[in-house]
Amino acid sequence: MNTTAIGQPNPVAIVFFILFILITLGITYWAARRTRTTEHFYAAGRTISPGQNGFALAGDYMSAASFLGIAGLVSTTGFDGLIYSTGWLVGWPVVLFLIAEPLRNLGKYTFADVVASRLKQTPVRIAAAVGTLATVILYLIAQMVGAGGLIKLMFGLSYETAIVIVGVAMIAYVLFGGMLATTWVQIVKAALLLGGAFLLALLVLLRFHFNPAALFAAAAEKYGASVLNPGKLVSNPLDAISLGMALMFGTAGLPHILMRFYTVPDARAARTSVFYATGLIGFFYLLTFVLGFGAMVFVGPGAITAVDKGGNMAAPLLAEFLGGTPFLGFIAAVAFATILAVVAGLTLSGAAALSHDLWVNAMHRGTADSREELRVARVATLLLGFIAIALGITFKGQNVAYMVSLAFAIAASGNFPALLLSIFWRRFTTAGAVTSMLFGTLATLLLIYLSPTIQVDILKHPSAWFPLKNPALLTIPLSFLVGVVVSLLTAPAGADDRAHHRRMHLGEMSAD
Amino acid sequence: MPTPSPSPTPAPDEQLHALASQRWRIALTLTAVMIVLYFGFIALIAYDRPLLSILLAPGLTVGILLGALVIVVSWLLTYGYVRWANTRYDVALRELSSTKGAAGGTR
Repeated sequence: MNTTAIGQPNPVAIVFFILFILITLGITYWAARRTRTTEHFYAAGRTISPGQNGFALAGDYMSAASFLGIAGLVSTTGFDGLIYSTGWLVGWPVVLFLIAEPLRNLGKYTFADVVASRLKQTPVRIAAAVGTLATVILYLIAQMVGAGGLIKLMFGLSYETAIVIVGVAMIAYVLFGGMLATTWVQIVKAALLLGGAFLLALLVLLRFHFNPAALFAAAAEKYGASVLNPGKLVSNPLDAISLGMALMFGTAGLPHILMRFYTVPDARAARTSVFYATGLIGFFYLLTFVLGFGAMVFVGPGAITAVDKGGNMAAPLLAEFLGGTPFLGFIAAVAFATILAVVAGLTLSGAAALSHDLWVNAMHRGTADSREELRVARVATLLLGFIAIALGITFKGQNVAYMVSLAFAIAASGNFPALLLSIFWRRFTTAGAVTSMLFGTLATLLLIYLSPTIQVDILKHPSAWFPLKNPALLTIPLSFLVGVVVSLLTAPAGADDRAHHRRMHLGEMSAD
Repeated sequence: MPTPSPSPTPAPDEQLHALASQRWRIALTLTAVMIVLYFGFIALIAYDRPLLSILLAPGLTVGILLGALVIVVSWLLTYGYVRWANTRYDVALRELSSTKGAAGGTR
């Protein structure tokens, strides 16, 4: 397998990639003519159907980390990689059962709408924007750095050129086409990613008479029965539980995911779209079982880590083995499209936090007119786009893989507890919400800094102050506790509980 | 979604409360099932590796089967909830919101 075309410009990859850019820019042009108000810019005019939103949610969620990363992890560690495949899915039912419907009924554009609905606007909006921006920026860094490395490896472009291309395309989608363009970019990307992964899995299974167990048996025969069993990854059970908590509850606190529920007409559509999204994402993670073990059998862990130490090239190498250079090109273009779509969704949700939460509701008490807010949202998009490009270049060559799980940990401990308490608990107060959100975000950042991930792996210190790689096990319960205790110590909000309750369950039907 | 009735009348609050708590009970129960399902799987990985290593068929260990089942069962749970909510819950909500009379609750 030393004859891989990875790292050289691949004509098929370039053609597919240019095609993707042309189609998505065409969508953006179409969407730009329909994006006249803030409701269009942030929420696509609430015209997205449940099926479309299901695809778009899947597109927003399935980042390159899950496609390339998990396939790579399975191909090099076997069963241990599957722990991630399941972990990345289990947050979705939680989003459906606890968050989607009340969020759609109570809010307008951001999750802070819901937390602030019964409380004082300014402090709650500021705290929620801190949590949102921390999540978005960490996630953006991970995606941008991943994109730069990936494109360099697959298209032979320089790292900086790759970052600028991703940044400019993403700014174009969001700036001109708003949520409508972003949604359709996600839908196209999700269809491409699912189609590509499905085709790849089909080609693998074709050689095993469509029996996945025969594939697993071949892997065990070649690399020992241990690849089918739990290995070293979960040597510390508390680490595994902590990561699991971040993945399970972090999904329900990711701002770019939560924002998608405002693009559908009502709570029923929000609910139904999660069902579609869970099906699509679950199907995709089941495919990663086949892709990972397929790459292990046909390419081999040694050849995979020789190309990229992290194992991220497992799926592209598998594609090259099964379908030659053209198929490698197609999968490379799909991976690029995947990153592009995810950063667009992230940027839009960050821009909404800056303009809708901070500028309009915290600084101007919700009085800015829609055209002015739209202008601010576009300036915020440009700003975040440039920040993303700058951070992508700054973090060149750094190990940023931990930043995705860090983003999930902040979403789970900074955003999720306050969001859930504001929905469930009438006694929740402004002080409780603000302290819970700030505590969750800051404690997560601090504990990650003190964790083995930073202290041992990156700073090369012999030991770390905090034993867990992911702090969610500690920070999620503590954020709830802080929110509850501070609320009980402060005076009740005194808002109209009845109207709030009716709106949460009846939405538009409550009409009062 | 049908548009609200032309002269919106407030739904009887007590019935709405009862319906809302029914939905929360179902939602919380399903969330608990998810937590047991996933963290049960993680606990088995951490504390009972021999069980997960049992071969059910050539190539298929209990661990791989359970991993796939966690994904499939999660999706089936969302199906069950959405089906209940789309058929029962939404219908009851709509009936409530179109009921005449502010204090229609009898309890």
